[in-house]
Amino acid sequence: MDLNMDLNAPHSMGTTIIGVTYNGGVVLGADSRTSTGMYVANRASDKITQLTDNVYVCRSGSAADSQLVSDYVRYFLHQHTIQLGQPATVKVAANLIRLLSYSNKNMLETGLIVGGWDKYEGGKIYGIPLGGTLIEQPFAIGGSGSSYLYGFFDQAWKEGMTKDEAEQLVVKAVSLAIARDGASGGVVRTVVINSEGVTRNFYPGDKLQLWHEELEPQNSLLDILNSPSPEPMNI
Amino acid sequence: MASKQPENSLLGPEADSQRTLYPNVTGTSVVALKYKDGILMAADMGGSYGSTLRYKNVERMKAIGKHSLLGASGEISDFQEILRYLDDLILYDNMWDDGNSLGPKEVHNYLTRLMYNRRNKFNPLWNSLVLGGIKNGEKYLGTVSMIGVNFEDDHVATGFGNHLARPILRQEWHENLSFEDGVRLLEKCMRVLLYRDRSAINKLQIAKITEEGMTISQPYSLKTYWEFSAFENPTQGAVGSW
Repeated sequence: MDLNMDLNAPHSMGTTIIGVTYNGGVVLGADSRTSTGMYVANRASDKITQLTDNVYVCRSGSAADSQLVSDYVRYFLHQHTIQLGQPATVKVAANLIRLLSYSNKNMLETGLIVGGWDKYEGGKIYGIPLGGTLIEQPFAIGGSGSSYLYGFFDQAWKEGMTKDEAEQLVVKAVSLAIARDGASGGVVRTVVINSEGVTRNFYPGDKLQLWHEELEPQNSLLDILNSPSPEPMNI
Repeated sequence: MASKQPENSLLGPEADSQRTLYPNVTGTSVVALKYKDGILMAADMGGSYGSTLRYKNVERMKAIGKHSLLGASGEISDFQEILRYLDDLILYDNMWDDGNSLGPKEVHNYLTRLMYNRRNKFNPLWNSLVLGGIKNGEKYLGTVSMIGVNFEDDHVATGFGNHLARPILRQEWHENLSFEDGVRLLEKCMRVLLYRDRSAINKLQIAKITEEGMTISQPYSLKTYWEFSAFENPTQGAVGSW
């Protein structure tokens, strides 16, 4: 509504996406809300998309742009895998994303986090924000919900976590972002990638931990009104 | 502080007053319906700051006098200003000490004039209001928008509630709903809003106004359902879709 908005400032994107390395692989996480303006068009979207058997990408920003970029890269990687004769590395996948994001920077509006495992480098995370910068990181956060997580990760991130520690960190972080970002919501989806393969997990909104000023969900107000009053104290 | 006066001078001297150009802290939908004993109204407790869900304990429904209940969506500071205006109105009415008191119809009319006159001065109170009440057995439920559009009906909603709640109410509302049925119907509307409105939060209150008076429930949260099998792996058959 601010008519004096700086049109050159980067657009804040709906979504919370996270990629984290641990000792053995990577954990990718995302919320599941896709919005058209203020309406939630899809409350159970899947923002973690497969590129190859061992490399996945978290998508944020324009749904259309991110889908197209990942579709093209999946196609190129497929051909590359055939030509190479072995699974593509995470670095190659990330670079293909970068190539498309950078050369179309004026038209695309999508921030991506590429994560995967290969036999040469192990688990790796690459952040590719707006503009097409490629940056390898031990962990990456993106999307509008990530604004609320910078302080959290500064404090909570540790090198050399176990698989369970890393996954719990990701679920906690996405859940915290959902609590404060209107553009993020729904369920938390995670994908764990390591030498053994890929595992998808699903954490529905009502199973997540409650944060400040959030209350235990009820079936109805009628249940609260009809519940017995607490016993009087015996002094 | 630099003045935000626009270039054209048709709007007159504005150096002293502040006008609401755009809302800052906003509340989302309010939903209300008539039932057997009076009015039931529901609103969540969120105050959004743009897309941030900044405040989670905002009471957006307040009693007005003995017979009315006001719910508001939109700019919270403007709602607080409206409450001040209504305070004066009720006080003035009480000072007559004549046994009469302003009913919901009168308060609704006052609010309509207030909103419309501000709109004419290009300085609106950025709210959508729901005014409900009961006096001498007569139930009343009305709404006023920020531009002064007003009407009364058996069930009303503001904001996203217009698009998501009103169709449900049209289908399922009937005369002489019991309290339990009324609450369940409102909760059904609020749950849909929770799924589909970006600015909704899962913490709401339901207020009731009857001949006896106004009560507002403690804040509580609704259970939500995510266990559809289609939600678990939506892209299995179409890798790369949403």
